[in-house]
Amino acid sequence: MTKIKAFIGPAVFLTFAAGAATAGTLGDVKGRDVLKCGVNTGFAGFAYPDSSGRWQGFDVAICRAVAAAVLGDQDKIEFVPTTGETRFTALTSGEIDVLPRNTTWTFTRDVDLKFTFAGVNYYDGQGFMVRKDLGVTSAKELDGATICVQTGTTTELNLADYFKTQGISYQPVPIQTPAEADQQFLGGACDAYTTDASQLATQRGTYPNPADYIILPEIISKEPLGPVVRQGDDEWADVVRWTYNALVAAEEYGVTKKNIDEMSSSENPEVRRLLGTEGDLGRMLGLDADWAKRAIAANGNYGEIFAETIGVGTPANIERGLNALWINGGLQYSPPFR
Amino acid sequence: MHDVSFVRHEMLSPQPAPASQVGPLRWARENLFSSILNSFLTIVSAAAVILALAHLWPWFAHSVWHAGSLRECREMIAQRWGEDATGACFAVIRDRWKQFLFGFYPSELYWRPTLSFVLLLAALAPILFSAVPRRMLWFSIAFPGIVYWLLWGGSLALPICVYAGFLVGMLVHRLVGPRFGSLLALIGGVLATLIWWFYLAGPVAGLLETILPFLTLEPVASKRFGGFMLSIVIGATGIAFSLPLGVLLALGRRSGLFIIQSICIGFIEFIRGVPLITLLLVASFLLNIFLPPGTNFDIILRVIIMVTLFSAAYMAETIRGGLAALPRGQYEAADALGLDYWQAMRLVIMPQALKISIPNIVNNFISLFKDTTLVAIIALLDPIGLVTSIRADSNWNGIVWELYGFVALIFFICCYSMSVYSKHLERRLRTDHR
Repeated sequence: MTKIKAFIGPAVFLTFAAGAATAGTLGDVKGRDVLKCGVNTGFAGFAYPDSSGRWQGFDVAICRAVAAAVLGDQDKIEFVPTTGETRFTALTSGEIDVLPRNTTWTFTRDVDLKFTFAGVNYYDGQGFMVRKDLGVTSAKELDGATICVQTGTTTELNLADYFKTQGISYQPVPIQTPAEADQQFLGGACDAYTTDASQLATQRGTYPNPADYIILPEIISKEPLGPVVRQGDDEWADVVRWTYNALVAAEEYGVTKKNIDEMSSSENPEVRRLLGTEGDLGRMLGLDADWAKRAIAANGNYGEIFAETIGVGTPANIERGLNALWINGGLQYSPPFR
Repeated sequence: MHDVSFVRHEMLSPQPAPASQVGPLRWARENLFSSILNSFLTIVSAAAVILALAHLWPWFAHSVWHAGSLRECREMIAQRWGEDATGACFAVIRDRWKQFLFGFYPSELYWRPTLSFVLLLAALAPILFSAVPRRMLWFSIAFPGIVYWLLWGGSLALPICVYAGFLVGMLVHRLVGPRFGSLLALIGGVLATLIWWFYLAGPVAGLLETILPFLTLEPVASKRFGGFMLSIVIGATGIAFSLPLGVLLALGRRSGLFIIQSICIGFIEFIRGVPLITLLLVASFLLNIFLPPGTNFDIILRVIIMVTLFSAAYMAETIRGGLAALPRGQYEAADALGLDYWQAMRLVIMPQALKISIPNIVNNFISLFKDTTLVAIIALLDPIGLVTSIRADSNWNGIVWELYGFVALIFFICCYSMSVYSKHLERRLRTDHR
């Protein structure tokens, strides 16, 4: 029996690092001086590690802004890659502090799973992509088709709902990751591939012959994607929500990464409050006066982040569309800073 | 009349054998064209191989090693070899090989995993090859602690204290043994070790840390482990611990003691009846929720424990097969020599049973090493998980064969070396005459 100890050995190497007991997430993050951010294991344009191992992308930029606001350094982040299945457990169990992982805001996730959505950083909708030579021009013609769909996501449920209401049948081909979807779809394992329209466009852009594929006109769902935090910690939810709002407001008032220093002395009282020149909004949030300034300076305002990671001209090549500011006919809208 | 008989005086010079009976021609005739069916099969297979090579060769020949993105690769190939040419874009391997090897380990600390790997080879040497001095085995025993310290960082005091647990256990065993018998000594030894680990090791390690602060390395969170380093850490630990645990379970299952036997059977059957993915998901989700909030039980250690338990259950059955194959006479002979249970197992039974089981044991090792890629399911970035995240980089989005092929190649090299070693071991241990 002595050998059994050889096995128990590593179990005792455990790092039982008892965290600061329930000081609230904001206190925890400040205490450990690092933000734990749950990201997609790999989602073109939204979250991926570059060749030096630094995480990049549209979703990642949210975490960077929060880290800059709370800890003063956008690199004080521990990135925790999560899959569609592991993401919520990771958040519930405290393995991560915030989850900006293209997660759709739904009633059950908000109410039943006990999460709080701190905003919508991307308004999306689910669409279908098919090969052109299939001769299909509408999703209603997909009766009996095999359809690639990511498991454990709302797309799976939307797909079932849509086909039920249309009274037609389909054969699901379950996949785990967008990369797997490319393989299955290009290899002909499924007739159609369904996921958020933005992602369809992104993936199509990487195919050897993008023109051979079309995205069908039907958008079958609303997919408001946003950063998620645990329910019941409103202080922390406020920090994430208002950091995000600061990015949107900054775009509205023309505050950019470049001009942020001049804008601090702007005449506009809203901008002065936002950047901490006037008032004490930061203190109310449990942060210092420069919190929003640092968040914006990290990677720019909402528009700058969008343009740099997924906007027109990048490989993802996505139009602002619904994600334009409200003053430009979109849905991005920040409540006032006062 | 006279008889003329002729007797040849000189020997004929030897002639070479007919061309069809020697060399490659004969080999080909015997092995490839011995019958009509075989000739037909040979031609078909040759055609298949040539066809495959003809398609693959241009892909390798047109490969690009220096490029910043897949688009650049495609442009370079089109420019050099024409619009329709296909070619491999190995530039992605060149760009990301460090990530493939070390995951997100801090680049200024790459020497630590590298040194660990070299030490791994040194620690394996005395176990694998009998020509290496036996004293090296002490290093092999110390190796897990050293590697834990190198990879995870922190203070060396913790591994030292864990090892001290074994000493404490042995000490108690020695003290109790003469007075209260071997069974109580065993129980006392195990209990003392556990008490040391759970209650005393922590404070003592803290004390040691203050005395020996220079033995502290910069800690690295296991979230930053990835790539082949992660596979090797999980695979090597699993292999190292599953064999002894499997031996114990196999012995326990054949033991006459009811409680030990039931525990072992229950454990083996339960673990074997559950898919590895389920165990990994338990490690990733359930433990997270069951453990008190604030405890941070390292995810990689959790995975290692699950993989080890899983593999140990299979190992136990493999070794039980070896035990069952031994003739009863061997057990009786060991008893007749007056050996006690552990001596009999160590000196007579186990060497033979393990020898019989070698092919199956190595089979287990290989499948364990390949199973480490399943951790991609719980979002650890092993080589397969890394491929996904590399493909999400807009520079490399759309690349497939090069990445998976590279991963497959490395896995093949590792697994094939294990297989070759097992053949060598079988030859070395062959004692029968054939």
